[in-house]
Amino acid sequence: MSQENPTFSNQTNKQAEGRAFRPSATLRARQDQAAQRAFFIFSLLPVLLILFVTVALFFRSWPIISEYGLSDLLFGEVWKPNNGQFGFWPFILGTFWVTAVGVILAVPACLLASIYLAEYAHNRTRSIAKPVLDLLAAIPPVVYGVWGLVAIVPFVDDKLAPLSDRWLGSFSIFSVNQPTGFNVLSAGIVLAVMVAPLIISVMYEIFSTVPNDLRHASLAVGATQWQTIRNIILPQVAPGILAAVVLGASRALGETIAVLMVVGNIPQIPTSIFDSAYPLPALIANNYGEMMSIPLYDAALLSAALVLLVVILIFNILSIIVLQRMTRKK
Amino acid sequence: MSLLRKKHWQRRHLMETFMKFIMRVSLFIVAGALGLILWIVIVRGLPSLSWDMVTKIPEGGYYMGKVGGILNAIIGSAYLAGGGTLLAVLFSVPIALYLKTYLGDSKWGQYVRLSLDVLWGIPSIVYGAFGFALMITIGMRASLLAGIIILAFIELPIMTRAMDEVIRRMPVDLEHAALALGSTKFEVALRVVTRQMLPGITTAILLGFGRGIGDAASVLFTAGYTDRIPTSLMRPTASLPLAVFFQLGSPYPEVQQRGYAAALILTIIVLAVSLGSRWLSARLNKYTIK
Repeated sequence: MSQENPTFSNQTNKQAEGRAFRPSATLRARQDQAAQRAFFIFSLLPVLLILFVTVALFFRSWPIISEYGLSDLLFGEVWKPNNGQFGFWPFILGTFWVTAVGVILAVPACLLASIYLAEYAHNRTRSIAKPVLDLLAAIPPVVYGVWGLVAIVPFVDDKLAPLSDRWLGSFSIFSVNQPTGFNVLSAGIVLAVMVAPLIISVMYEIFSTVPNDLRHASLAVGATQWQTIRNIILPQVAPGILAAVVLGASRALGETIAVLMVVGNIPQIPTSIFDSAYPLPALIANNYGEMMSIPLYDAALLSAALVLLVVILIFNILSIIVLQRMTRKK
Repeated sequence: MSLLRKKHWQRRHLMETFMKFIMRVSLFIVAGALGLILWIVIVRGLPSLSWDMVTKIPEGGYYMGKVGGILNAIIGSAYLAGGGTLLAVLFSVPIALYLKTYLGDSKWGQYVRLSLDVLWGIPSIVYGAFGFALMITIGMRASLLAGIIILAFIELPIMTRAMDEVIRRMPVDLEHAALALGSTKFEVALRVVTRQMLPGITTAILLGFGRGIGDAASVLFTAGYTDRIPTSLMRPTASLPLAVFFQLGSPYPEVQQRGYAAALILTIIVLAVSLGSRWLSARLNKYTIK
């Protein structure tokens, strides 16, 4: 501001004979313009940060991508960094299994809970449910990991695995091949609870974009509330529901510490939900210590992060665009 | 026949009752998960929670079950999350003000909001890897400063969007009244919006702090771990989530017990911050115009 003061006084002197208010208006207009420019630079930060993260990871993982080729990295099945073999395929499939189980477990419950909150619940129920969901969202991943370790892993091992072996053992995805509870299902259960608050709050938001007239019209012709939801509301919000699910999936894809603590971390391609897996984030977090001691190891792990980032960016951008459109229509 | 015609026996009414029932059950399961988590953490953590845990740093043989505490991790986490939040406030307040006063629902405003939401979705392990990539490029070692910067990146979108959501509810009349009196948009931002935004800023700060203090994956790469309390920004530092994580990985039962206690301490801090932000924003909201 101090740089503009001389100009200000000049103008005051020049125009003081004419109109008295004009100069101060120009100063304020200038101040406004300067502020706008400064603000604009600040607002570049989030956009640039996304680009910067992607470019930095790409730059650091280029040595290994150029040497092995992207498809060998992504679809290679052997992970032996000491022999110079870096295949991500078991880890990519591990990520996929864990995320899929988590989302499949979470979505039905979240959808029903959010319908209840949006369409049925009293204000009192809502005012209790909101802080509960906020608290659930606030609990740190490592505490979810502790919970998984202490409660879920033994539960899966002692209760669910024998049950599934007895009744569903003939389907290969439910067969029990390993003696411990550190497996895809445990990780999936923990993930399901972790992503539930996000999915419920997004779905709730989506339900509240449906105009009340539609509800009233349907109820007025004698439909029950569930018929209204099933036939009128759900078709309206279907894209938003899908976007909420994709958003939840992308959150589950990148979850690290909690999953790492319960998934077993064995680099194999899982064939059953009772198999151990080794998702990409766990791979990155577990090996940061040795990164610098083996050639190309750091590039390999950073390219794993890049793969994760690209998938999550695509998921996120698509679902957020859908959600932004839907909420703006309101 | 007459029985079947009665309202409650029609199929659609049965369906209504049934759906309502399973919806309640779903909500109960989700809410029950919170109770279960808190219960497990308390039951496991309480027995080994002691005064030494929160007042001492690890002494010789601590990781084999001897005396000491995790004060290093508590202080380290406070430095990391506090520094990260402070840095993030410096950037998120101007962005939120700009979104409200200058951009509104314009094209660029939508892009900025989109990019903030996308940043929010990037997992902390990727931020950690990004921080690590930067650090090996410029030859920096794991340090408090690196941890603070990465946490600020993680907290920035959360805090900005939280402020943005609160300030969106500001009545348009207020802005129009100020503009009609001849204020520039900058003056509206500075004199009107900032005051209305105060509860939003408070909530955002506590939200960001809570997220920062619980984050493990990013800190693992950037801040390292040490048994000492950091004395400078360039030193590595311990953090609570990693204290939980490392101690649970120990083969000694005493050390594992302390890991549970550390998890309880972390949970108490995070819940206190979360509940505190609700209480504070309810109080401060009394002083805004709605």
